Amino acid sequence: MEVSNLVSNLAILVLAGFVGYAVISKVPNTLHTPLMSGTNAIHGIVVLGGIVLLVLGAAEGFVNHLLLFIAVVFGTINVIGGFLVTDRMLEMFKTKPKDQAEAGDNA
Amino acid sequence: MLASFVTDPNFRAVLYIISFSLFIYGLSGLTGPKTAVRGNRLAALGMAIAVIATFLYDEVNNIPLIVAGVVVGTVIGVPAAKMVKMTAMPQMVALFNGVGGGAVALIAWVEFRESGGYAHVPTYVAIFSLFSAIVGSVSFWGSNIAFAKLQELIDGRPRTLGPLQIPVNAGLILAAVGLAAAIVAGSHNELLIILLLIAAALFGNLLVLPIGGADMPVVISLLNAFTGLAAAAAGVALDNTALIVAGMLVGCSGTILTQQMAQAMNRSIGSIIAGGFGGGGGSAAASADTSGGTVRATSAADAAIQMAYARQVIVVPGYGMAVSQAQHAVREMTKLLEEKGVTVKFAIHPVAGRMPGHMNVLLAEADVPYDQLKEMDEINGEFGRTDVSLVIGANDVTNPDARNKPDSPIYGMPILNVDESQSIIVLKRSMSAGYAGIDNPLFTNPKTSMLFGDAKQSVENIIEELKAL
Repeated sequence: MEVSNLVSNLAILVLAGFVGYAVISKVPNTLHTPLMSGTNAIHGIVVLGGIVLLVLGAAEGFVNHLLLFIAVVFGTINVIGGFLVTDRMLEMFKTKPKDQAEAGDNA
Repeated sequence: MLASFVTDPNFRAVLYIISFSLFIYGLSGLTGPKTAVRGNRLAALGMAIAVIATFLYDEVNNIPLIVAGVVVGTVIGVPAAKMVKMTAMPQMVALFNGVGGGAVALIAWVEFRESGGYAHVPTYVAIFSLFSAIVGSVSFWGSNIAFAKLQELIDGRPRTLGPLQIPVNAGLILAAVGLAAAIVAGSHNELLIILLLIAAALFGNLLVLPIGGADMPVVISLLNAFTGLAAAAAGVALDNTALIVAGMLVGCSGTILTQQMAQAMNRSIGSIIAGGFGGGGGSAAASADTSGGTVRATSAADAAIQMAYARQVIVVPGYGMAVSQAQHAVREMTKLLEEKGVTVKFAIHPVAGRMPGHMNVLLAEADVPYDQLKEMDEINGEFGRTDVSLVIGANDVTNPDARNKPDSPIYGMPILNVDESQSIIVLKRSMSAGYAGIDNPLFTNPKTSMLFGDAKQSVENIIEELKAL
């Protein structure tokens, strides 16, 4: 049972790698900074690891709790900060309507 | 009834599938500027779904602690992301990347503790978990050094241990792998994993310290890929498909991006890691005597006249523009030139700035139209037909030595052929060498005139002169 679990996870791992390759090769140079920042936010998903260990109560005791608390803080910074920064960057690539841009200049 | 449905492991698994589908779909949105904003938000939605799914168990423990962690993380992350200047973006990404790596390493450490040194789990769990511990720790410390260098908290110049660099690094990595092997073989002493994390931490520090500023984007991208791979490994250890897919997507995209950047600089990832341009100090020093050529300084008034009567001006921005926040002034200047009937284009080198696409982000912030930004291959043929090239704080990406001088450390790196244009104006703070620490014969070219000073101030002076014309 354990082994088949490992094998199916490895299959997912390999397929995800190819999907990542296919998707990313199409991104133009111009958008590389937001891409880096966006993928950066996505690996913040490690926060799930911290949460799941706490939710399951698998690791009790002060030291474990402290380490997992820091992990959740770190993961949250990674996720929230990453997505917000990417959003800010991408907003700038949006072509703004002319009048809005003028209004911005006058303000 | 409902409770038992939502806490069904299969329901959670389905939510994870929805969530990683959104990651993939969102990332494909990043292929174009129009769909990119939505793509990023879809990925964020996927993340929210994944986090919620993680709470759907029959018995949920430690809620206050988790909420506290999320709140603290939000309180730190949101203002940091909202307030960071666009020019400081590379170090912000480095920092966010670092904390992600740190989280992976901490999670692995707790897994070790709670399983009694992986005593009660299959061997593969131990292997993947220890891999994520090593790579996470390297990424955390490496990213922190990258942040400190870019933020100029520490000197950006390459620092190496000299000839000891490679043996020491190899020793540290062997030590980390050896400790991991000992743990897998059945040693349950917690000291082992602490030493493993420390060895990886030292390796992370030593990996990034020798790297000069020009190579920094490559390294940040590499560390980003590392954190992704660490997250994927943690996902296998924790049997969590969302982590596996998301981590692997990032690991793969980061690897491709790193390769593309290294190619754009005509260097291998290995040689970048082995030591920055500073490593070739011998040849850099040897070429220093060629800088004896005369440098012609010019004034803002001359520069303004030259450009105002040109047919075509190509602006070549570099890190100097980012440092002095000159992008808005540059935009105003190009508007004035266009009113005078001058065609203005921007030539963007793939590794200009400290991150790929760094210049594009800054110029987009200043509302420069997307179609005025030209990539290297597109614009290189046009320099011959250009009256004035205005180089704003770019250096190594315009260095003709990369084409002409086989013993130059940057020989072979594709450059912008700025020296082919009729005349060149270079805005620069001083005659100091660029981040690569090598001389640029462009500056002593008879066609070149230099306008010394802070880039933003210089551009503003040019604007004044243009208005007065």
